[in-house]
Amino acid sequence: MALQSLDIKQRSATTTPSTQARETVEIAKLIDVSACIGCKACTAACMEWNDIRGDVGNCVGVYDNPVDLSADAWTVMRFTETEQNGKLEWLIRKDGCLHCAEPACLKACPAPGAIIQYSNGIVDFHQENCIGCGYCVTACPFDVPRISEKDSKAYKCTMCSDRVAVNQAPACAKACPTGAIQFGAKEDMKDYADKRIADLQERGFDKAGLYDPQGVGGTHVMYVLHHADQPKLYANLPENPGISPMVSLWKGAAKPLATLALAGVALGSLFHYVTKGPNEVSKELEDEIEREDQEEGK
Amino acid sequence: MIRDPKDLQRYNASERANHWVVGISFILLALSGLAFFHPAFFPLTLLFGGPVWARILHPFIGVLMAVSFLGLFLRFRHLNKMTAADREWLGRAQEMVNGDDHDMPEQGKYNGGQKAMFWGSALCMLLLTVSGLLIWRAYFGFDITLVRLGAVVHAAVAAVMIALIMVHVYAAIWVKGTIRAMWYGTVTRAWAKQHHRAWYREVSGK
Repeated sequence: MALQSLDIKQRSATTTPSTQARETVEIAKLIDVSACIGCKACTAACMEWNDIRGDVGNCVGVYDNPVDLSADAWTVMRFTETEQNGKLEWLIRKDGCLHCAEPACLKACPAPGAIIQYSNGIVDFHQENCIGCGYCVTACPFDVPRISEKDSKAYKCTMCSDRVAVNQAPACAKACPTGAIQFGAKEDMKDYADKRIADLQERGFDKAGLYDPQGVGGTHVMYVLHHADQPKLYANLPENPGISPMVSLWKGAAKPLATLALAGVALGSLFHYVTKGPNEVSKELEDEIEREDQEEGK
Repeated sequence: MIRDPKDLQRYNASERANHWVVGISFILLALSGLAFFHPAFFPLTLLFGGPVWARILHPFIGVLMAVSFLGLFLRFRHLNKMTAADREWLGRAQEMVNGDDHDMPEQGKYNGGQKAMFWGSALCMLLLTVSGLLIWRAYFGFDITLVRLGAVVHAAVAAVMIALIMVHVYAAIWVKGTIRAMWYGTVTRAWAKQHHRAWYREVSGK
């Protein structure tokens, strides 16, 4: 049994229900992109708390560093320069796992218990059960999980589930100096977002809004965007993310149908044998060939 | 001691060995692949030294099967050309399945069903190899759409292939006197005359 605050709601490759009786509060992290100054304190705090140290790397000519998510970088800042309404805008998005309510990674994962969703909404990878197949990478609509080159296990943001379990905010939220990362009950975060959005709209960002995509059942990391009508502006944040139909087919209907079909063929063969009997060489033909032999022998 | 020296040679040693390399790799692939397909089969990974080993080994065994299958394909391709008699046989396969095969059309070394199996498994093998490479993350990194397509094709075609091979194995069990052709290469003349009369005539000169 996990901690009560970390009751498991869903478990990968498991066909029976996980703990359902207790109801814990659904939590969320709210990232207010309009308040982010790109200081990367969250990135540093993440590495510090989670004991992950990627290579220092090189400057690639822009502020992005680490350049991409990796097994050693569970959150990165993505910087975008864009012109909106005749003005230059510098958009900075903290990228990482969005902790979908309907996680495609969990649906695709073939290893029992390698991906779990807590009843508070956090989607966590349990690396000790991970087999390194990369199905989670294949399924994720946000391109978040990364397979480690050191141990071939999948890694991503845990929302600091160990901190959340004892009522602490994730390390990134704790470290953020501007309050751009808020953490709390999902409902409270939505209320807070409403205030921020109203404020942004007042300041001329008509299309300001909340990014809580319903195609994945909503997420437990939400963004306040000044241009919520154009999420693509923010380093290709998907507009209508959802589980790909190919992944749904592969890990949905195909599984029970193919299993039943194979069982049908196996049992069908058995019962064919039992009901129709074997197809044997006829005695008549055997005798005929024996006669021929005797005639030739004479 | 050979029971009857007049038994007919159906497969030579190299063909048999090739077939068994394909057969063994198929069994290992089906068992490990099913484990990743549905959680009900996940315990099968224990046969491979645990789930991580199963994940590591599966694609390498796949390469072995692809190469050895290509060997079988090249050996038997010319014997599996569909003819009018084969199509007639396939149209009347129901009679055969019902155990009433005494006036099925005369068949050469392979009947229409076997030929359909040959081309069906060859197509499956091709699709499995290509889609398998697409999802072999340890060594390849293809575009995500291709990887997703690869995953769904690999799973669907594998299910079809497993069903085909079940039918293949069952047919060999059902038709008595067949399996020995793949163990030690020979069949009795009566077996040949009953099931593959045109081939019997060709090899016996009768």
